[in-house]
This record gives sequence, structure tokens and C-alpha cells, in this order.
Amino acid sequence: MILIHCPYCEEDRPEVEFTYGGEAHIARPLDPGALDDRQWETYLYIRRNPRGAHAERWRHAHGCARFFNAVRDTVTDRFEVTYKTGEPRPAGDTK
Amino acid sequence: MKRFSGLNLFAEAFNGHKGWPEHWPDKAPKAAYDVIIIGAGGHGLGAAYYLAAKYGITNVCVIEKGWLGGGNAGRNTTIIRSNYLYDESAHLYDHAVKLWDGLSQELNYNVMYSKRGVLMLAHNVHDIQSFKRHIHANRLNGVDNEWLSTEACKAYCPPLDISPNARHPVLGGALQRRGGTARHDSVAWGYARGAVARGVDIIQNCAVTGIRRGPDGAVIGVETEKGFIGAKKIGVSAAGSTSLVMRMAGLDFPLESYPLQALVSEPVKPIFPCVVMSNTVHAYISQSDKGELVIGAGTDAYVSYSQRGALHIIEHTLAAICEIFPIFTRMRMLRTWGGIVDVTPDRSPILAKTPVPGLYVNCGWGTGGFKATPGAADLLAHTIAHDAPHAINAPFNLDRFRNGRLIDEAAAAAVAH
Repeated sequence: MILIHCPYCEEDRPEVEFTYGGEAHIARPLDPGALDDRQWETYLYIRRNPRGAHAERWRHAHGCARFFNAVRDTVTDRFEVTYKTGEPRPAGDTK
Repeated sequence: MKRFSGLNLFAEAFNGHKGWPEHWPDKAPKAAYDVIIIGAGGHGLGAAYYLAAKYGITNVCVIEKGWLGGGNAGRNTTIIRSNYLYDESAHLYDHAVKLWDGLSQELNYNVMYSKRGVLMLAHNVHDIQSFKRHIHANRLNGVDNEWLSTEACKAYCPPLDISPNARHPVLGGALQRRGGTARHDSVAWGYARGAVARGVDIIQNCAVTGIRRGPDGAVIGVETEKGFIGAKKIGVSAAGSTSLVMRMAGLDFPLESYPLQALVSEPVKPIFPCVVMSNTVHAYISQSDKGELVIGAGTDAYVSYSQRGALHIIEHTLAAICEIFPIFTRMRMLRTWGGIVDVTPDRSPILAKTPVPGLYVNCGWGTGGFKATPGAADLLAHTIAHDAPHAINAPFNLDRFRNGRLIDEAAAAAVAH
């Protein structure tokens, strides 16, 4: 089991306290009516699915219950950094 | 290829069995091929086999970054069934089940397909309604599936606990008698042997590092660790790594890769006669011919290429197994492993041409790729040979994520499957 640092509780807690929320920083379109089918496809279905650093959403479901973002290496499953919702993705983790 | 037969076996017995040739000798890649298949799992090797055997295209190379059959072909729970709800899926998976029948004879290699039956347990009213709907839909599509009462389930699978006080009471079950298991390694090996005998090259331990395209956008070959290899057509059958391979051709795919774990117990005498699945508690179990109980469940929660998963997922799976089969509570587990499965948004595969001319893809099988091995291989070969999909795999295209014509088996099964 991996330990995840909740940026709100500021504690390392076991993975079972958290739920996964998918790829992070996918912004809902501000003007949905203006999107064509290709843009909808990209927004709804296309995912980066990288082998390496992955920015993703987590929710501390059995703790503070808040969503936050994390950068995790998908090969080692090691968390590089976690940060609060609304904060930009930390630089240098875009490989 | 020296055929396996009683006579050959007898003759070789006098020769110390030294006369059997290598099944797939190591080869250096040629400068160019008509078709390159990326990924030497069951699906990729099978596609190479059918290209050679059915379509006469023998100038084919299968490139594999690891070893033959070392990916998901060797990391599954070997379950075969075709009891899917939607017409498109039923036709696709039943095409595979029909090919499983007779595959050992066709390949002259025993893939140990055993029609021991797949029993899906109903634990609540919703399950009963959903499974009966599946049964009727399956029958309309010519796929066998029948309803068993609680007592009939117990008779079919004696280790079941059917007491009404059980944590997950068994209210009945849906049984597909043609479902069952096969030996996973034999499938990859059988296809590899058959393909090589027809002139196909298999290059192992050689990762593809790039896909080269000509001025018109069409593929002209692949960059690999062993240099450039030319190809008129490329078929990608790379399971969990498909996103990475397609990005080499400039394509973003609607896929995410997750670990799917499975585990086996210590081997015991024959105790478990069939395959049992429970969607509600989400676990499945069968017994291999070696005697091990083979157990699996759902994927881990997050995107990963680690080929291992979290312990609490296995714990959850075994808790469910022990509730349904109290007889197994003291079994010891020997090995666990994880395979990286590529999952589409609607949990149906993509088996299609791509926007890049000469590039074909077979991916997105998620947690259910093994059962489809012969069918997917046959249809990928058809799609490559004709540069057009077969009627069976035509609905499983890439356009469905743009035009909304999804084949939503995720909603139909209520679990990844």
C-alpha cells in the first residue's frame, strides 16, 4: 500500500483513505455549445496515459473529503508531489 | 514444422527426442516486410498466423519488446465466454469462441480449451433481472446462455455456499456451457509455431522506438532497437502500451492503462469443475489443470504501467471468494501478478483502421482480451489484408468516440469485464 500526502491535512495517509479521480487539469469547456465533435471527443475521451509523470486528481474520501492534485510516476507508482486544487501543475514534471 | 502426432512421438522416442526443431528460431530482421505486427502476444502472433494461413501474406514480422507471450498473454485468468449484452459484442466474442473450438487441431498444438462452463452468480434482484436480460439477448444472437436455479447452481458447482444466510446469497445464475478456460501460454506458442512455419519472422527483445511515415502520411516502417525496418502496413497489438505506440505515429488515443491483478493458490486435487464469476462482489475463480485455483477481480484504481497492483485490491477479492466459497478460507496463495490492461471509455475494444494510412490497431480489450484471442487475431488479419474491417469488427472503430455510437458494455456489465 502506498502513502499519499494530503495537502490539506498535511499528513501522509494510506492509499485506502483516498479515491482516484482521473487525469487532472482537464477543464470543462466554458462555452460547450461552441465545441465541434472533435473537441468534445478530446475533452471527454482522449487521455494522455503517459508512461512516467502523470498529473491526476485524488480525493481524501475518508479524511477531509477534499479533492487535490498529484503528480505520480506511472512506472514506479511513486508520488512526486501533491498540491491543492486550483494550484498550477508544478514545473519540471512534464516529461 | 514437424507435426506433433502419435507416430512422430513414437519415432522420436528412439531418437532421444533430439529431432524436434526449434519452434521459433532467433532471426535477424530483414530490411523490409509487407506487414509488421507490433506486440508478440496471443493477438499479435495470431494475426501473423492468420495473415499467412488465410491470406497468403507470409512476408510478415512480429516485433516484441520483451519476450513472446510475456505480457498480458501470460498475465490473465484464461477465462473464455461470449455472453455479452449488445449485438456487436456478442458477434465479436462469439466469433472468438467459435474459433477456440478446433484451434488445437488447426494449430496442431494443444491449447487445452476446456468447455467447463462459465457460471455467473446472481446475488440480488437486480442481478436476476440483468442476467435474464443477458440470457434472452444472447439467445437472440445464437449465443448459448441459460438460467440455473440456486439448487442447479449448487449441483453444477458443489463448492458453492447456497445457504440463505450467506453474506452473498446465491439466487441463481447464468450459465454459458461453451465458456471455459484454455492454456494461455499454449495459445501464444501455438500461433507462434504456426506462423513461423509459414515464413513469419518473430523478433523478440526489440522495442519499437518510432513509426516512420512518408511524405503522403502513410507508414513506411518502424524504428527499433535493432535499426529501421521497412513495412507497407503496420498492425499494432500492444495492449497496455498502445497509447505510447500510437503517439509515435502522432495519434492520441481514448485509452487508459491500469494494472489488473490475478493470483493462484497452492495446487490441490480437482475440486472446482467450472468457472464462477460474481459481478456484484466482483471476483472470479476457476481451477487450472495443474490444480491451482486461479482468482481475479477488477483493475486497480489508477493509471499505471507497474505490472503490480495494491495489496488491498487482492484482499478485497479474496474476501469475496471466501464469502462465496467458505471451503477455500484456509487455502494459501502462491503467486500474484499484474498485467497492464488498456481500457476504453465504453469498455469495448478498438479493432480498426486508423487515420494514418497503413496503420491498423487492435487495442482496448481492457480486462477481457484473452477470451477474444483467436477472434481478434483473425479480424486484425482480415482488416490488414483487405485494408477494410470485417462486418464483425466494423462497429469497433475509432469514430465511435466522435459520433457517439458507443458500445457501452461498461454500463451493461456494471463492472469492468
